[in-house]
Amino acid sequence: MRYLPHTDADRRAMLAAISAPSIDALYRDVPASARLSGLLDLPKHMPEMEVERELTALAARNRSAGAMASFLGGGAYRHHVPAAVDHLIQRGEFLTSYTPYQPEVSQGTLQMLFEFQTQVALISDMEVANASMYDGATAAAEAVMMANRVTHRKKAILSGGLHPHYCEVVENYARWCGFEATCGGPDPQGAEDLARQIDGDTSCVVVQSPSVFGHIKGYSALAAAAQKAGALLVFVVTEIVSLGLLTPPGAMGADIVAAEGQSLGNALNFGGPYLGLFATRDRYVRQMPGRIAGETVDADGRRGWVLTLSTREQHIRREKATSNICTNSGLCALAFSIHLSLLGEDGFARLAEINHARAVQLAEKLAAVKGVTVLNDGFFNEFTVRLPRPAAPVVDRLVERGVLAGVPASRLWPERRDVTDLLIVAATETNSVAEMDFFAQSLAEAL
Amino acid sequence: MDKSQGRTSRPETGGVAEVATVSGHRGLMMEEPLVFEQGEPGRTGVDLPEVPKTVERLGGVKRRQAIGLPSLSEPQVVRHFTRLSQKNYAIDSGMYPLGSCTMKHNPRLNEKLARLPGFADIHPLQPAQTIQGALELMDRLAHWLKVLTGMPAVALSPGAGAHGEFCGMTAIRAALQARVDKRNKVLVPESAHGTNPATAAALGYEVESIPADARGRVDVAAFKAKLGPDVAGIMLTNPNTCGLFETDIVEIARAMHEAGGFLYADGANFNAIVGRVRPGDLGIDAMHINLHKTFSTPHGGGGPGSGPVVFSAALAPYVPLPYVVHGPEGFRLVETAEAGAAPFGRLKAFHGQMGMFVRALAYMMSHGADGLRQASEDAVLNANYVLARLKDTMTAAFDGPCMHEALFDDHFLKDTGVTTLDVAKALIDEGFHPMTMYFPLVVHGALLIEPTESETKATLDHFVASLRAVAARAKSGDAAFFHAAPRLTPRRRLDETRAARQPVLRWRPPTPRQAAE
Repeated sequence: MRYLPHTDADRRAMLAAISAPSIDALYRDVPASARLSGLLDLPKHMPEMEVERELTALAARNRSAGAMASFLGGGAYRHHVPAAVDHLIQRGEFLTSYTPYQPEVSQGTLQMLFEFQTQVALISDMEVANASMYDGATAAAEAVMMANRVTHRKKAILSGGLHPHYCEVVENYARWCGFEATCGGPDPQGAEDLARQIDGDTSCVVVQSPSVFGHIKGYSALAAAAQKAGALLVFVVTEIVSLGLLTPPGAMGADIVAAEGQSLGNALNFGGPYLGLFATRDRYVRQMPGRIAGETVDADGRRGWVLTLSTREQHIRREKATSNICTNSGLCALAFSIHLSLLGEDGFARLAEINHARAVQLAEKLAAVKGVTVLNDGFFNEFTVRLPRPAAPVVDRLVERGVLAGVPASRLWPERRDVTDLLIVAATETNSVAEMDFFAQSLAEAL
Repeated sequence: MDKSQGRTSRPETGGVAEVATVSGHRGLMMEEPLVFEQGEPGRTGVDLPEVPKTVERLGGVKRRQAIGLPSLSEPQVVRHFTRLSQKNYAIDSGMYPLGSCTMKHNPRLNEKLARLPGFADIHPLQPAQTIQGALELMDRLAHWLKVLTGMPAVALSPGAGAHGEFCGMTAIRAALQARVDKRNKVLVPESAHGTNPATAAALGYEVESIPADARGRVDVAAFKAKLGPDVAGIMLTNPNTCGLFETDIVEIARAMHEAGGFLYADGANFNAIVGRVRPGDLGIDAMHINLHKTFSTPHGGGGPGSGPVVFSAALAPYVPLPYVVHGPEGFRLVETAEAGAAPFGRLKAFHGQMGMFVRALAYMMSHGADGLRQASEDAVLNANYVLARLKDTMTAAFDGPCMHEALFDDHFLKDTGVTTLDVAKALIDEGFHPMTMYFPLVVHGALLIEPTESETKATLDHFVASLRAVAARAKSGDAAFFHAAPRLTPRRRLDETRAARQPVLRWRPPTPRQAAE
């Protein structure tokens, strides 16, 4: 077996060195009733070539987004990732190292995390960020639990513009961890009034911008209203490229930012692994979940980095930790950081401008299709259209023409009958004008 | 092997550490500033197309201020991250015997396959007819996990081990709630990973600690004394974090079930027993599997991981959404509760760590039933070999045999002025990543060594020889040597106290005064 270096002679020599008659003797502590004698009913080992053939065949049974005209968003976005990103993250020193517990031999990962934290803080206009969470949805749930700790309250108000999967994750944590999270139903018009719902028990208000329907608006007044009532504003971003063009959460008074960072550096990957971003104000840092890299000096006085403020974490505090999180999304954070380093100030802004312009072009083309209405006034690279008939069958018809037309709202809210005619559509820099024309034309024919 | 390493360097008497250079670099060891200290406006690492001319529709929330990101060209960025990578120790470069972390070889075939566009470039919300291969892959992975564990159900979505713990313990909570049972305590052995008590506490359980007995196992009498109508379950790691099989686990399961609670297993150490023991045969109700440990998806400097959870028949109805089923129209993703099931909810935005599923399945298929079993046996053999070769020099915490990791305590350092930490740092200079230190908490100054199956006997011999020499030096009274270690690393010992007391958690632009200096 190609991954196992021992020869039978090695094994015999080692057993002799430890005075064990056989491998079985090393398993003598296993209760006799639980010892397996033969092999389990699974295939035996396979040559590399055959594994590759079999899994390549499985991959070929999927239609990749890049092989179609894809306008899917809804929390995962298809962007062009520069070739250098994937090359660098495959360097074995990054790929095959562990969490940097031994800082003297982990300065690469630690410095990268320090840079990543700074990048996240800069683009969100927050003061401090952690070294990543699993994804945007779990970051949102952790943000609500952190707000509960900060405010000593247990009631979160979730916007109807929050991605329903994020709502489900937060509600799930609420149900089982013992706090309250109320989510108003879908808000396709962006018309809800959250400030009115805040009361003396509210720990936080959770908003998403751009919303799951693509709406963007200012949240400064809501932040002020929440803070006046002693609550925090949790700001969710599922399309992080938007921060190249939009007022950042920090400038609108957000207390915690919980975001999905997949758009930079990371492929669609059928939903994972993704990258939860988490940022907050300095004053709340000791309630923040997750790992944090910090600057210090070594024995020779040279600048270096370590994991720090660990007294928040499970391996030190156990049942009193701020979160149970341990392994997070290190390599995805690296990909994000490399991509953003390549973009730089101007590139990040320009990428965002292109995305917005593409979406504006697409909105104009779709609005010109008979029976189709664009619901949004303001949007970034994603918006919602109302079709004259249920959206899901239309999407299926367009698949046959090689178009992934967007996310039918019924996919996200399967139990709501009032959103079946809504289709959430995204455009990025990867979409050409020809693709958009083809989409509009195909849609017109399918309706 | 030792002789091939060249002349022994004697850094304490001049040599490498004291060579000063003009540049600050030392040969291949490059100093590298922060990316923020290298930018120059006007440079870029991307050539993006022109922005199409349109009328903005930004709803009045356009960004007004610059962000402050540095601007670099592609060659600068490539060099920056290449230099950073060279400051890391990695399994690719050497033995990484970090106990409980399972740093085994990461096959590159798995990287290649995970990047096939048919896996990497599919959107989680694509219609089912376009993703049949992806759903089948998830179904196949689920099958392997169920057969290997002997358990009937699996949840694939958890993002890592701790997330899997949350998943498993929530299913237990859901099962209790379904029978209107308000148990509020969870038992956790002292030797457990910190994530176990943290998970139980997050779910609102009161955590009760169970001591270890003199053999490093759960003290069964103490465990039984805690059982009662208020105990929801126990979270048990098996093999445990002392590297030992919990010999009484079947009895523990029986007693726990009789008392009306559940047995949760932390599967972080499943890699010791794959193909030799099925957790389902031990009476386990739920167990997470760290694909990034047992099934070798790369650790990536701290993730991403993947923590699927297998369930017993008693907990199967509560498996969370979403999951894959096979029907007349092919594979389908179930995202809302269906008849006969009571899923407890969604744990993650989408369906799980697909990229890790591909890698783990490729790993399993490459090994097969026979290779997976052999890998476990070799891991156990390697740990026992290290234990046998070191136990006369260092102090083994418990009598052997061990499973996949060998645990030592710091008695062999008594009165030397040298600590476990010092030994770890000295080992770095010898070219090895240190073992896990000060964990588990049940032994004093723990040194937990997990060689994994990936190492050759020659490497193990070299490691053993180095550690024996380090231990002998500690006993010889040369404490000052240890306190100054490591010497040969990009940075020497870092001031962690200062980092925590005066936290600097991000770069900030220099003030005008600093810039002028």
